[in-house]
Amino acid sequence: MIENLDPVILARAQFAFTVSFHFIFPAFSIGTASYLMVLEGLWLKTGSGVYANLYRYWLKIFAVAFGMGVVSGVVMSYQFGTNWSVFSAKAGPVIGPLMAYEVLTAFFLEAGFLGVMLFGINKVGRGPHFFATCMVAVGTLISATWIISVNSWMQTPAGYAINAKGQFVPAGSWLPIIFNASFPYRLVHTVIGAYLTTAMVVGAVGAWHLLRDRANPGARKMFSMAMWMAALVAPIQILAGDQHGLNTLEHQPTKVLAMEGHYEASPEGASLILFGLPSNKDAVVHGKIEIPYLGSLILKHDPKAPLPGLNDFPRDRWPPTPIVFWSFRIMVAMGLAMLGLGLWSLLARWRGKLYDWRWLHRAALALGPSGFVAVIAGWVTTEVGRQPFTVYGLLRTAESHSPLAAPAVAASLVAFILVYFGAFGAGTYYLLRMMAKPPAAGEPEPSKVPQRAAGITPASGVVASTGREA
Amino acid sequence: MEHLDLTIIWAGIIGFAVFAYVVMDGFDLGIGILFPNLSVGGERDQAMNSIAPVWDGNETWLVLGGGGLFAAFPLAYAIILPATYPLIIAMLLGLVFRGVAFEFRWRDPRHRPFWDVAFSFGSVLAAFSQGITLGAILQGVRVEADAYAGGWLDWLSAFSLLTGAAVVIGYALLGAAWLVWKTEGPGQERARRLAFWLGGATLLALFAVSAATPFLTYDYWRRWFAMPGVLLTAQVPLLVAICAATFFWSLKRGAERLPFIMALGLFFLGFVGLGISIYPYVVPRAVTIWDAAAPPQSQLFMLAGAAVIIPIILGYTAWAYWVFRGKVGTHGYH
Repeated sequence: MIENLDPVILARAQFAFTVSFHFIFPAFSIGTASYLMVLEGLWLKTGSGVYANLYRYWLKIFAVAFGMGVVSGVVMSYQFGTNWSVFSAKAGPVIGPLMAYEVLTAFFLEAGFLGVMLFGINKVGRGPHFFATCMVAVGTLISATWIISVNSWMQTPAGYAINAKGQFVPAGSWLPIIFNASFPYRLVHTVIGAYLTTAMVVGAVGAWHLLRDRANPGARKMFSMAMWMAALVAPIQILAGDQHGLNTLEHQPTKVLAMEGHYEASPEGASLILFGLPSNKDAVVHGKIEIPYLGSLILKHDPKAPLPGLNDFPRDRWPPTPIVFWSFRIMVAMGLAMLGLGLWSLLARWRGKLYDWRWLHRAALALGPSGFVAVIAGWVTTEVGRQPFTVYGLLRTAESHSPLAAPAVAASLVAFILVYFGAFGAGTYYLLRMMAKPPAAGEPEPSKVPQRAAGITPASGVVASTGREA
Repeated sequence: MEHLDLTIIWAGIIGFAVFAYVVMDGFDLGIGILFPNLSVGGERDQAMNSIAPVWDGNETWLVLGGGGLFAAFPLAYAIILPATYPLIIAMLLGLVFRGVAFEFRWRDPRHRPFWDVAFSFGSVLAAFSQGITLGAILQGVRVEADAYAGGWLDWLSAFSLLTGAAVVIGYALLGAAWLVWKTEGPGQERARRLAFWLGGATLLALFAVSAATPFLTYDYWRRWFAMPGVLLTAQVPLLVAICAATFFWSLKRGAERLPFIMALGLFFLGFVGLGISIYPYVVPRAVTIWDAAAPPQSQLFMLAGAAVIIPIILGYTAWAYWVFRGKVGTHGYH
């Protein structure tokens, strides 16, 4: 039976599965690393114990999430070759060096300083320890920069030539490759997305503990910080998303038309289709609910501006519209919900009720996973929207895969699913369990704590298991 | 001309990354392999603590090896990975298991025995897969029109299983020697005994692989035994003998650091031996490093960064090791 399955579909499923799972962890750890940097900085500046406690609280969580990000990331660096060897051979000379730079400038930086960040506070003193935290935070951002440059090049390839072997090679300068047309927009949109993801998690954890104990200083502080992020950054994210969309319309019109569900051209100005069931087969959106002119207003900032339709492009260049159409709507819905939460928290803050409005806390709790949903949905939108190409317009997905045998891919896909759900499921359970514990108010300052600071790290387990103090 | 130089430099850098990976993740995978032999409680915690701050950095060299191969020799990356597909997947899954176990076993004391098994199993699986991959590359893969043209089980042979076992034994040796260095008390005593036996087993494995390799093809045979090259290649076994003698002698005398350094020496010599066999191929007898090389612009662009950044990486990696220097103790770092 396995022999009849298409290995390309299996390979795509496997890659999509491993990369989606992986993406969850950096989306959280980029924001958390920066949050930890802010917390430790505030602690050093103010000497206030609440920041030290919050730092330790989130560091434990960060350690587990980061570990899962590392191992799922190592998988990715080999999935390109195992599943997409033709793509790797052809695009390697262009995107390979960018990924090598990611390893050299980011992965080593994060990994090199992570040990000191997690275990070293009493070995190196506060200053160098803060430096280590900063290096980890900066490392996550550098990493995002390179990998998004790679991803953006696949969306809007530039600065390449094609050599005799049919490989993409740099045509001259590397700058047009790195700073390709969609890179700045995608980078801003993604990094803000990661920050919002963390803010939503921090806000939910704060809200959870506020619902149980309104006086917990740690819970109040983290909730307040998270709601500031939501209120200030969610609107910026929506603006950034709008700009990113305009850029995509210019360079990858089929993606935007699939997101919008426009099969027919709209010479008089396009409507905004709110909901419906797009069908590439019938080239129509069934049962659509639309608002006239709003589509052109959003995409062209002019209600009467003409917009092409997917029908203006050959069918063999259409992405799978239903997926793109719906994943986009999920992302937008999450963004609007975050914006709403942020505005609501502003109102509560203005009224002096930030720590009192139970429904606000319940809403923040409910939106805890919204950042993850949004980044995954957004990422599906942009990646599936790039189909049927791996390098947009130039290299088709159907021509990119490895010479694969179905049984090998199927077996490994099953193995990945079992191992990932098992291992990362357990990890998620541990994360939730750590988050369910309230940030203790009375924890001593890290500098006075013996070795690896009270439960920051595995050492707490050692102390517990040996029954000895350091 | 410039192209040729860059290609050799990049082969050197990737060789260095792979070697750095093998010795660094080698000892922490080795600890995973030895884990069932350590007693539950203090010994295991001590062993785990000795690598917890550095394992992530160690594993990054694997990413550099893979990423660097992708960037500098995309064709080799595109041939080797499909050829060893099940092995690579098995290695990655093994690394997932052992990687998450580092944190999980502390977070969940009730299920610690389970995560200890996961740590051990993952380490053995990763090491064994890496070893078989090495054997598979050495014995050669079928290449047609710049792509892998064999089946998905072609890598399986007596020789590749031998190299798989050899790598597991070798990593265990590194792990034991590391524990001799970093731990004290009964744990160290046990590590010392293990290191003694594993030293013998590693030499045996090294000998078996070395003896089998020249029989894979006449190329390897000529490389090692034809005059005048033999004058040079004969130095490798000679140095192995010196290293091995020093290893056992220092272990017997109660030295703590020298056995680890000598174990690294053995690995280095094994690595040099592999280089002698394979060079200038990256996929033996099918694709040379020049065939597989990325264009000079790509290699030059990366070299500019690598030349500056790799020394910095080595600098702060050394700092991190230095911060956690000395005996690890039974309850973490003081």
